[in-house]
Amino acid sequence: MSQDIFVVIEHLRGQVADISYVMLAAAGELSKGIGGNVIAVLLGNKAEGLAGNFAAVQVLYLDHPALADFTSDAYQKALAGLISEKQPRAVLFGNTSIGADVASGLSIKLGLPLVSSCRSFGADGKFVSQICGGKIMAEGDLPSPTALVTMVPGGYKPEAGQSAQPPALTRLEVAGLDALRVSLAKYIEPEAGDVDIAKEPLLIAVGRGIQQQDNIQLAEDLAQAMGGVVCGSRPVIDQGWLATSRLVGKSGKHVKPKVYLAMGISGAPEHAEAITDSNTIIAINTDPKAPIFDIAKFGTEIDLFDLIDPLIAKVRAAKGG
Amino acid sequence: MNIVVLVKLVPDLVEELNIDPSGAALDMSWLRLIINEFDDHAIEQAILLKERGGGQVTIVAPEYEGVDEVLFTAAAKGADRLIKLSGDASAGSAQVFVAANNHALARACAAVIKELQPDLVLTGVQANNDLDGPLGPTLAECLGMPYVGYISGVTVSDGKVTARKEYPGGLIAEMEVKLPAVLGIQAAEQPPRYVAVSKVRMVMKTAAIEERAADALDPSGGPAVGRMFQPEAAVHAEMITGSPDEVADKLVSIFKEAGVL
Repeated sequence: MSQDIFVVIEHLRGQVADISYVMLAAAGELSKGIGGNVIAVLLGNKAEGLAGNFAAVQVLYLDHPALADFTSDAYQKALAGLISEKQPRAVLFGNTSIGADVASGLSIKLGLPLVSSCRSFGADGKFVSQICGGKIMAEGDLPSPTALVTMVPGGYKPEAGQSAQPPALTRLEVAGLDALRVSLAKYIEPEAGDVDIAKEPLLIAVGRGIQQQDNIQLAEDLAQAMGGVVCGSRPVIDQGWLATSRLVGKSGKHVKPKVYLAMGISGAPEHAEAITDSNTIIAINTDPKAPIFDIAKFGTEIDLFDLIDPLIAKVRAAKGG
Repeated sequence: MNIVVLVKLVPDLVEELNIDPSGAALDMSWLRLIINEFDDHAIEQAILLKERGGGQVTIVAPEYEGVDEVLFTAAAKGADRLIKLSGDASAGSAQVFVAANNHALARACAAVIKELQPDLVLTGVQANNDLDGPLGPTLAECLGMPYVGYISGVTVSDGKVTARKEYPGGLIAEMEVKLPAVLGIQAAEQPPRYVAVSKVRMVMKTAAIEERAADALDPSGGPAVGRMFQPEAAVHAEMITGSPDEVADKLVSIFKEAGVL
């Protein structure tokens, strides 16, 4: 049993994910409140080179051919052994396609408490999680004895989790990675889109509030008048109204346009995290409590269907004038 | 192929959310519950698998206000069997699960699902009120099955599934998973199908919902919440009001200032 805070590093095809640095920054803050060392846990195969800039006292490196690429089964088995042996005070995971796949299983298997969607820690070590699409925050004491925590971005800057001084690296043996039930067959590259929305300076984004497929054309008309590109949030893509290459969000693209015009987008955390680097976010949403208004610079509660025709007309006039 | 879909109901975020007098939980008294949208995709994916390769689809859901309609709707889409998990009637059965965490739900549902001996269990990858991790991986560990989440495509062959797992940036990993397994569905291969209310009404006359009593709920492993609150952002958007014309004028000047017009 120790007060140490473990951070399970997420990486994919040789690239450390930003959330890993966010978690290292969070662990640094948490350690100020409750003590203990920040220890990065890196799983991989010949991946020790990734650890150079972690803001951690130590890196525990679990090297095994079965850990070359993320699979839930191998990660979970390797981490179960490590956590039960070291008994840290907390283990941080990303609330992501990687971390969320393994943290719950570890909670049941090891009988340890799990907090998900944690955004930040209080000075006293309390967790603050965001639920209900970012509309509600839940706060509580960091559960004992070892708290498993999945983290969402937004509470800490990734830069704060980086260090110029490479941490000490300790290589650990991994046992029990046989009879695995999950294996990676292959990666499929993102379909080459017509445009790369990550590089576009003006994005007209539509969400659930666009209501039906026919209305996408309204956004297209506005985009055409302005010289921008239409993109969308998850519900719109899942309906097949826009191509997957136009998805903005956690599993789509992170964007950084000059202007991001969000129409009928509530601003759920999965979407919000992907647009915060935009210069100017403008939100059109009839729900005054939509979280999008907390990250937008400008907003209006006017019904987008009342607004869009005059807006297109005035944009055309401005362009012509 | 015996497919089970686990469904839960969650707060409808379109409605106003309030904190109850304890200050540590959502006020459930006026809360409207709807099917977790990812569970709706899980149902669709299950029906698609059945249509492609045959088999039986069983929907399992804890009891909530309005769950019968959700179950009958799934039947109208093509589900074969509907099972409702009922809680302690003295506590008001429909109220038991709405406040239960995913550790409690997973343990209660695992007991029922184990008896069904499924080849494949599908459930939504997450839900808007998860505070102790998603239901799927918790359930998988209770069942001793492997779990893979963030899935947007499933193929079944020779005792294993091939699942398309989503990573950020549009990257997909094709994962092979030995059956039986639990998959957390992000999106079905096609949007959840629409089914007319009249068809649901017809199904209600013939389909039966089987009820199973849940064991006492065990929420251990979920965190205790000391306080819930609505976030007050440090900054809020500067709100533009007025007629559509006035708002459009203002937006045009913002566009100009931002250098995109």
